[in-house]
Amino acid sequence: MTATLHRRDVVKALMQDPTDDLLVIAGLGQCTWDITAAGDRPQNLPLWGGMGGTVMIGLGLALAQPRKRVLVITGDGDMLMGLGSLATVAAQRSANLAIVVLDNEKFGETGNQATHTAPVAAGPSDRGAGTDLTAVARGCGIADCATVTAEAEVAQLVRDARAKAGPIFRTVKVMVETLPAAMPPKDGAHLKDRFRQAVLGAA
Amino acid sequence: MTMATADWREQIFETLQGHDIRQVYYVPDAGHSKLIEACQNSNSMRAIVLTTEEEAMAGTLGAWLGGEKSVTLMQSSGVGNCINMLGLSKTLRYPMLMLITMRGDFGEMNPWQNAMGQATPKVLEATGCIVFAVDRPEDVQPTVNAAANMAFEGNQAVAVLLRQKLIGAKSFGKN
Repeated sequence: MTATLHRRDVVKALMQDPTDDLLVIAGLGQCTWDITAAGDRPQNLPLWGGMGGTVMIGLGLALAQPRKRVLVITGDGDMLMGLGSLATVAAQRSANLAIVVLDNEKFGETGNQATHTAPVAAGPSDRGAGTDLTAVARGCGIADCATVTAEAEVAQLVRDARAKAGPIFRTVKVMVETLPAAMPPKDGAHLKDRFRQAVLGAA
Repeated sequence: MTMATADWREQIFETLQGHDIRQVYYVPDAGHSKLIEACQNSNSMRAIVLTTEEEAMAGTLGAWLGGEKSVTLMQSSGVGNCINMLGLSKTLRYPMLMLITMRGDFGEMNPWQNAMGQATPKVLEATGCIVFAVDRPEDVQPTVNAAANMAFEGNQAVAVLLRQKLIGAKSFGKN
């Protein structure tokens, strides 16, 4: 099935009218550009590295700030590198954590090579394993998992990601697109300090 | 097990409590088992079991972003799983406190542990961590306390290596 959703539209919807209580962690690469295109803000942590760790940053934050909503937005490549963290999330059962994987079945930053989520029969140079991240998350013990493929499902996705009792996991199948990078600040210490100041106040 | 070894394990728990550690990341480990149990039974700490040690570096960042202190308990072999993630502390300048039980260190009887055990302090230093090693029970509490101070006051990665002279080498039925 060919994906029809545009990642930037999905992320813009996920982050529409954010309150200060919405804390967003984005995986390196396109997701970092996506949340920045939706509007850079101190309560965003756009990652430039640490591949495979995005979900765990979200979990540590969700446990520390149980009254705020933590939204992890990452890609299939980053998620595949940290699959075990889904079992770790399941063990903690954080009600305020939502994980949204924008799955375009490609390693976008390195030349759009197929990830394991690509179909098996996609041709000799573009073959995946047909890995179903939603099934993986459910198998890890996260009860509320679903895959989103259609425009008509996006409004419900946004409601779930912003407010539904978690942990919730959503795979969103998105198109392969070449988009202009929207770059947030690059200095990790600055990103960390502005985030803490926004969440914890001056310290 | 002698009373002296029981004592330093309790002292680590009390020191972590004294620093208001709230999240304890770990992969199960015989050397840390009593400490892990104490953390699991604590009202102020949440013990978070992992699938691989590198999850701890990212979890520690999330905890700190949300205003909570954490510690990572692991074996020296686990340090090898963490190398890329260890660098996050240097990049974002956030505290990372690690208590590492050594294998492949002093009298190890499983040769598969030796390569990573010997590489552990080098790998930690190469990624920007301050490293302390402890051989004697009486040095455990002051070293863990000093490491916690340097980590949380300095936004620094600090590792304490609990060496096999302290914890003993796993005997595999031999003495």
